[in-house]
Amino acid sequence: MIKVTIDGITVEVEQGSTILEAAKVAGVEIPTLCYLKDVTPEASCRMCMVEIEGMPKLVTACSFPAADGNVVHTRTERVVKARRGVLELLMSNHKTDCFSCPQNGMCKLQDLCFEYGVKDVPFEGVEKAIDDSNKFFTYDPNLCILCHRCVNTCQKRTCRGSIDTTQRGFKSVISPAFGMDWADSNCESCGNCVQACPTGALTMKKQKTYRHWDVEKVLTTCPHCATGCQYYVYVKDNRVVDVEAADGPSNRGLLCVKGRSASFDFAQCDERITTPLIKDRETGEFREAGWDEALDLVASKFTELKKTYGGQALAGFACSRSTNEDIYMLQKMTRVAFESNNTDNCARV
Amino acid sequence: MITIEQLQEIKEKNQDIVNFRKEHGERGNGKYRSHVLVCAGTGCTSSGSQKIADKLEEEIKAAGLEEEVCVIRTGCHGLCALGPVMIIYPEAAFYSNMELEHVPEIVSEHLVKGNVVTKYLYQETVTEDGIISMNQTNFYKPQNRVALRNCGVINPECINEYIGTGGYQALAKVLTTMSREDVVKCITDSGLRGRGGGGFPTGKKWQFAMGGEPGVQKYVCCNADEGDPGAFMDRSVLEGDPHVVFEAMAIAGYVIGANQGYIYVRAEYPIAVDRLNIALAQAREYGVLGDNIFGTGFSFDIDLRLGAGAFVCGEETALMTSIEGNRGEPRPRPPFPAVKGLFGQPTILNNVETWANIPQIILKGADWFAGMGTEKSRGTKVFALGGKINNVGLVEIPMGTTLREVVENIGGGIPNGKKFKAAQTGGPSGGCISLENYDVPIDYDNLVSIGSMMGSGGLIVMDEDDCMVDIAKFFLEFTVDESCGKCTPCRIGTKRLLELLNKITDGKAEMEDLDRMVELCNLIKENSLCALGQTAPNPVLSTYKYFKDEYIAHVKDKKCPAGKCKNLVSYHIDAEKCIGCGLCKKNCPGDAITGEKKQPHEIDTAKCLKCGVCMTKCKKDAIYKA
Repeated sequence: MIKVTIDGITVEVEQGSTILEAAKVAGVEIPTLCYLKDVTPEASCRMCMVEIEGMPKLVTACSFPAADGNVVHTRTERVVKARRGVLELLMSNHKTDCFSCPQNGMCKLQDLCFEYGVKDVPFEGVEKAIDDSNKFFTYDPNLCILCHRCVNTCQKRTCRGSIDTTQRGFKSVISPAFGMDWADSNCESCGNCVQACPTGALTMKKQKTYRHWDVEKVLTTCPHCATGCQYYVYVKDNRVVDVEAADGPSNRGLLCVKGRSASFDFAQCDERITTPLIKDRETGEFREAGWDEALDLVASKFTELKKTYGGQALAGFACSRSTNEDIYMLQKMTRVAFESNNTDNCARV
Repeated sequence: MITIEQLQEIKEKNQDIVNFRKEHGERGNGKYRSHVLVCAGTGCTSSGSQKIADKLEEEIKAAGLEEEVCVIRTGCHGLCALGPVMIIYPEAAFYSNMELEHVPEIVSEHLVKGNVVTKYLYQETVTEDGIISMNQTNFYKPQNRVALRNCGVINPECINEYIGTGGYQALAKVLTTMSREDVVKCITDSGLRGRGGGGFPTGKKWQFAMGGEPGVQKYVCCNADEGDPGAFMDRSVLEGDPHVVFEAMAIAGYVIGANQGYIYVRAEYPIAVDRLNIALAQAREYGVLGDNIFGTGFSFDIDLRLGAGAFVCGEETALMTSIEGNRGEPRPRPPFPAVKGLFGQPTILNNVETWANIPQIILKGADWFAGMGTEKSRGTKVFALGGKINNVGLVEIPMGTTLREVVENIGGGIPNGKKFKAAQTGGPSGGCISLENYDVPIDYDNLVSIGSMMGSGGLIVMDEDDCMVDIAKFFLEFTVDESCGKCTPCRIGTKRLLELLNKITDGKAEMEDLDRMVELCNLIKENSLCALGQTAPNPVLSTYKYFKDEYIAHVKDKKCPAGKCKNLVSYHIDAEKCIGCGLCKKNCPGDAITGEKKQPHEIDTAKCLKCGVCMTKCKKDAIYKA
């Protein structure tokens, strides 16, 4: 363990901790844009600059290893000037029509500009082409600050490696290989890049249907398969409008394309079946029935089949969308009630 | 695999051949009575030296001399301005500006009859008392070729010639008689500092990488991604003496416990890449690279990795990222490569010129090397002279030589009798040295203290016609183009800085813009991720420091004192001098000049493209810039 003093607060942290990690222990907040926990520090946005006594240069808190006895200052005039300078540069190439940006109110860049008093943009940006080809999300390079959180997420967390920086220097943009459209690439549209984006550069198309301050976040389990990913559903006017991955034990802040973009629309679909339906043999039409009637019917039919052909004639196969608990119950019913071991589920997506 | 005894045999067989190639060189047991060394460096190759070498061989054969005279294609001789060049031994006759038509005469007169054809010689070597060696000329005399010692002397495609000069002896010495600590001590004591720009003590760097658990995979890398505009020191070493780099890297591999080296070389250096590949194959065949070198149990091999042209890949962490197969972008330091470098393993990286010094330091000793140069910058430094200088080329001078000596004496002064204004060292990362520092001894620390840096060795000379704001703009355009785009200050800051400079050279800037410019420079310098960004504002800051008046003239008076910035210059015709010859009118690409024959002409400034063609065509000096 080493001792580090941050803005006057001395804390003990493990050898090898970064200044940023030590600051967290000390309860001192250092602003970051490109930093992604558990991923090799990118150190590219240069927002987390801090001053360490005895060092001539400012250092990036996210990457710099703390040393025993370090005395760190995170709010000196020099530091604040550097951070403001970085923000001014970012804003000089960033569209400022925040009112119409889906990320308005959730934008880290906006928050930091507010905090550091960055108002006017003394330079003009260059308009770059928007990639709207993906069905679920949009990339607007004019809002991109090239923090590479999306790239690092795609390469190091989901391990898909669909995107990277293309071009060089001021012309840099994020895109699939060779500048091809997002839709034509090997991208699986999981949207983890979108969730990693601190600005409005990568936004879900669904974000256009709500504003962040309108929604209530409800923590739940994704119903799509049995992995049990945790996410927040965004509820507006009693309807689910979007989801956001939560840091669950099985998903650690990630989701798949189905979980993020296909797991909840059916909940409020007009065609959704909300009561059991029994087919009238005479007319061939379905009619609504109560649960007791429906379950009695199914139970009697299974019992009849079992009596006639034996339990081995029956099998229980659970849908992958079922929860673990439901799948457990189904196999229990198959084994105990049907007296059959013919049971499985398709939760292998 | 050859043994050390076999290495000695090869050396003895070949040393007479290479020893012959110097002033008063002894032929010894050498087969040929004459050696014709034709420069096959990039400069001379592009001015046709290969054809000249072919023609020489053809003529020599026709004269029946092929058993007496050999033609050797060597690396760069340095005097690129006079290329193609060649030297014929034993006379040490230095022919320059060679043309194909000269070849038959040189063969029939010089090689057959023994009469040096003085009219084709480098004229500085021709005196009333006969010819002098090139080493007596102003260009070569102050030089001390250590890193370049074999360039222009040996055939870089022949390992035997390298061994003949004492090649691979240092490796043999290290592997058989020196401990790892001895080697590091020797390099540390020599005072050698990294020649790639940073000037970090080489011995210290090696020492950092020595530690760690035994058996840990380590790497040795060579930075041959020389990207500064106008710099070609490393290229010349690779083209002229590739084995020296292998030998030095193997020595470093022994010291730190690495068995694998990588040379990261620019794909834009095709001749260097070819020669490296040839040399690599020969070194492996002889077993001086590979398993169990000289039977000592030490194994070391080298692979080439070709760069795809990004300047930033010359930065050490970006270079390693690129070797790993990723987009060449720098990584934050710490961790430093000596701890966590290539593929996350301890790695040392030195540039070509640094490597080229190593074997000789081992053989001749630390004291020998430390005896050259200044107190804190030992040894010699290779510079690529370019810009407004007569002897454009490559020079190797002891550290501590003054800029005046380099420009006035070695460089042969400035063309057309113009006055020296400044020199840029360190390329886009460096700064300018003005007349007031003309006599400051050039070494790492002095250059930094006057706002420049050694850099890899590009030295670009500017004369009174050069506008310093324009020069700063030139270098900044380069960094804007070459910024990788990873970190904010470099990606956006340099672009903004360039826009400010454009504003200044367009005459649209206000005085406050100069303050903003300096502030922006400091922001980029202090906050960028890697050395590319941290040094990118240097050309602006140093020109602003030494030529503030010029900046102010652009901003306040809307004038470019050097007459270089097009938007601040207009061309006029002096009616009294103009004789109405019409030459200017005829050559004007913008139809901006009007006037009757024999009547004074006029330039329509609205139509004028400011190309300056009229000015060069006018025989009466009637056209002036204002």
